[in-house]
Amino acid sequence: MGKKHKKVVVLPCSGIGKVYGAVARETMYELLERVRPDTVATTCLPLLVIKDPEAVALVTENPVITIDGCPKDCAKKSVEALGKVVDKAYEAIKFYKEHKDLKPEGIAEVNETGRKLAAVAAEEVTAEVDRLAAGEGA
Amino acid sequence: MDIQVMKVGVVSCSGEEIPEGTLCRLACRKVLDERPGETVTICLPLFIAGGEEERTFASNYPTITVDGCDKMCAAKATEMLSGKPAKSLSIPEILKKHGLKPPEKLRHFGPEEEAAVKAVAEEIAQAVDEVLEED
Repeated sequence: MGKKHKKVVVLPCSGIGKVYGAVARETMYELLERVRPDTVATTCLPLLVIKDPEAVALVTENPVITIDGCPKDCAKKSVEALGKVVDKAYEAIKFYKEHKDLKPEGIAEVNETGRKLAAVAAEEVTAEVDRLAAGEGA
Repeated sequence: MDIQVMKVGVVSCSGEEIPEGTLCRLACRKVLDERPGETVTICLPLFIAGGEEERTFASNYPTITVDGCDKMCAAKATEMLSGKPAKSLSIPEILKKHGLKPPEKLRHFGPEEEAAVKAVAEEIAQAVDEVLEED
């Protein structure tokens, strides 16, 4: 078992063009505010683009989970551009494929069904958060 | 004959960490929905994660950046990786100008945040008009 971590960083897609970007964000907010508020941290993805020192330190010094909204994988690639390998990468559409009864709608923010899907997704991601916080690597 | 329709690029701070980021995304989306023929957007991280097409965004469209805090990621990243924005807007400055309080929630905006979203969207729309007039 590796080093235990106080924080696990979850970075969602930052897009405002597709529903799964909004699902990715909502999933991160579920983790950050409801499910694991003491463990999960996030930062603004554009801060990594401009290489803000605090944001870069947060990402390079802690385990990172990305949740992308489309196959362009901006969140994952933004982390990789810093020379860091993400510990776990999700694409938000996966959660819908596994829960077809929860079809999300909305782009900047998801509707009620999308929120339910994000809550379910957050529960799934929690297992990974806990594993990484305990020092169990990818 | 080709008729080229001029579009203005709107690049939003995504600001997942701050309420102003959510305000920014909602206001930009509102303008994009209300002015579909005149506006276009790009996800900011695509300047790094995307290809040549994404990186030439600000050369292809006169671009307005909208930032949620004084770190001005959208303006800086656009200038650094794509091209100088035609205009750079700041949410804190817009809220101050309109005498509005910054939002406090990260998500699930409702009636309390409606005035702020409307004010920011109106400022973006006005900037779109100005850029279209200039060109």
